[in-house]
Amino acid sequence: MNIRIALLSLLVGFLAASPSAGQEATATYGPESAPQTLTLRGTTDIAAFSPVMLAFLTENPNLQIRYEQWGSNDLFALTQADCVSGKFGADMVISSAIDLQVKLVNDACAQPYRSSLTDLLPATSRWRDEIWGVTREPAVIVYNNTLLSAEEAPTSRFDLLDLLRTQEDRFRGNVATYDIEASGLGYLFAFADSQQASTFGALLESFGRTDAVATCCSAEIITGVAEGEYLIAYNVLGSYALNRAADDPRIAIVLPSDYTLMLTRAAIIPAAAEEPERAGAFLDFMLSDSGKRALMSANLLVSLSGSDTEGSVLEQPVTSSVRPIPLSPALLVGSDAHKRMLLLERWRGAFSESTGE
Amino acid sequence: MPLSLTARLAIAVILVLGLGAVGVTIAALAYGNQASREAYDRLLIGAADQIAGSISIINGAPVVDIPVSAFELLALAPDDRVAYRVLDKDGSTLTGYATLRSPKANTAGIGFYDGSLAAEDARFVSVIRRFSERAYSGPVEVIVGQTTRARAALAWDIAQSALIVLGVAGLAMSGLAVFAVRSALSPLRRIGGTLAARDPRDLTPLDLKVPREIAPMVSAINNFMERLERQVVGMRNLIADSAHQLRTPVAALRAQAELAQDEPDPQRHREILARIHTRSVGLSRLTDQLLNRAMIIHRADSVPNELLDLRSAAIRALDEFDPDGQQNIDLILPEDPVWVYGDAMTLSEACKNLLNNAVRYGTPPVSLHVSGIDGVARLQIRDAGSGLPESYREKIGRRFSRSGLAREDSAGIGLAIVDAVATAHGGKLEFGPLVGGFGIALALPEVSA
Repeated sequence: MNIRIALLSLLVGFLAASPSAGQEATATYGPESAPQTLTLRGTTDIAAFSPVMLAFLTENPNLQIRYEQWGSNDLFALTQADCVSGKFGADMVISSAIDLQVKLVNDACAQPYRSSLTDLLPATSRWRDEIWGVTREPAVIVYNNTLLSAEEAPTSRFDLLDLLRTQEDRFRGNVATYDIEASGLGYLFAFADSQQASTFGALLESFGRTDAVATCCSAEIITGVAEGEYLIAYNVLGSYALNRAADDPRIAIVLPSDYTLMLTRAAIIPAAAEEPERAGAFLDFMLSDSGKRALMSANLLVSLSGSDTEGSVLEQPVTSSVRPIPLSPALLVGSDAHKRMLLLERWRGAFSESTGE
Repeated sequence: MPLSLTARLAIAVILVLGLGAVGVTIAALAYGNQASREAYDRLLIGAADQIAGSISIINGAPVVDIPVSAFELLALAPDDRVAYRVLDKDGSTLTGYATLRSPKANTAGIGFYDGSLAAEDARFVSVIRRFSERAYSGPVEVIVGQTTRARAALAWDIAQSALIVLGVAGLAMSGLAVFAVRSALSPLRRIGGTLAARDPRDLTPLDLKVPREIAPMVSAINNFMERLERQVVGMRNLIADSAHQLRTPVAALRAQAELAQDEPDPQRHREILARIHTRSVGLSRLTDQLLNRAMIIHRADSVPNELLDLRSAAIRALDEFDPDGQQNIDLILPEDPVWVYGDAMTLSEACKNLLNNAVRYGTPPVSLHVSGIDGVARLQIRDAGSGLPESYREKIGRRFSRSGLAREDSAGIGLAIVDAVATAHGGKLEFGPLVGGFGIALALPEVSA
């Protein structure tokens, strides 16, 4: 926790995590007696997201924001349950598991909102005016630069495959990636990878042979890399990696040059929102210049050098191979029961091989 | 005041365009709906076919490996929700939305149906794929549905384009209609202008090049002016004739009267008075005839002709001329009617004039014949005399003539009247010697009844 958050805690109060299952933490910002409230639920870490909310509060002093941090699968289940029962849960849900967010929209769990700012969003970052992409975060490879030299470090998936194949013993048990059964984001990246290229099969195979570790969360993976538990981690969300790399020189980040998946965290306004207008105002803020600055400061709006879009810059000229994951009904395929079963089977097959060896 | 032509036209155009707009809107919406339905139904069935094609039998159960391209196909309708369901042969859900209802019966293999998806209108397709493998034998049904926003948008787009075309066409039609009316009415303005610019005494026919549709109007104006001209000429002639005819008898009367004033001898005085009386009677008849002629010439132009039997005209004329039968005039009529188009009054007046001349100047017996031979209807008066003098015959048909015989009784005016009547009826005056006498006849075109 950095100094800024500590100061904020003094200013606005910082609540401990509530006991409900899946809920990771809760924070409240703004004056206790504020006449207006806004309830947000998200998968973003409180620490990463609080600058955005605080920036919004400086423009809306009479507002109190309550933010609940959830795991992506739990957040989906909760929002879906609220949708079915028609119960109020939150005014806005922001999740990195955008396939699940799209499913919520498809299942009529969201309500539309339009403004001049949402109209400016590209078609890949907007669907039905009910879901909007508010961030830009690449899926990256992270490695420990004290254990792996920059020359050795892979710049693409092909490099990674070669590295794992030629130095199987060195990397055995030292490669980490998301557990796609536990992490909605991990599943989404794996699904996107499976659609993108045949390297996915080869990667699974390599992970299997090197006894790769599938674990749950961005924070754990990056900490593991920093501390040398893992040499390399695949498909880590760039925003977390950048935040940690800022404080920790041991962490190095690679944007795969064959293609870089670009995730846009998706916001929806649930159908049962109590303050949809205020949620819309918050959405507009995130899309506005001051909101973008706040998102950039949290490394949630990442720009690749060479591209003309604003945001935190990652120095690597790979703009041509950026593959945004579009907010479209095509993402529904990922949450199909059979599709998920087939992908998980493939995943488990690869990782059980490793345990078998 | 009647509605202006422009207003009538505007109303007509608005009515036509209004009805057209309603019709075209309905047709365009129907067509747009049809076109967008066909287009998006193809997407739907394409997606369903891809999903059906991705089914394989693994361990005795169908497994669906939905290709992303199937949903990318559906995403071509960018803002529409999607739902799908795959059912096995027992009707239980393999994957997808278990709440999606199946159509009543899909025996054809492919069936489209309408429904709703989360309170939005939606369109569904059901596709059946049959397996006959050892492990699984039977159908697998794939249902794919999509809301209809893109369909409605496309349908509206198509309809809108059609309506824009209609609007432009309507404006063009209105403009053309105004132009057409202006140009159609321009000959009327030209006629009006020509008439207005004319000398008031100029009654000659208009010589204007006008469209066929306007020609009847110009010829009606010309006919009218011709009649007006004839009447004006008739009037002028009447005045000139009257002045001419009346001046001499009036002067004579005056002279006689002056003579009577200075005459001391009662015997001579009586004689002069008798002469004055005789001249007065002649003058009175002359006046009658002049007025008659004017009236007949006027009637010839103004009274419409009717179908009449020449026999009855003859009977009427004889009745009026000789009510007591003192003149012993024979009336000889055919058994069948002799039909002519004419004015009964002017015809009998002409007949009376001829009878008067025959009785007064001819030689008895006088007879009146009516005949209809070879399309010519004749009203003929015969007498036993030698007929008109040659010099007189030449003058018939002129405005007036005075033979030496008839100076005082103005037979010339009588014949001029008859001639005018004959001409007005499209006939002519015939005369000539007969066996044992002379005949004069009004010959008119006979109408076959």
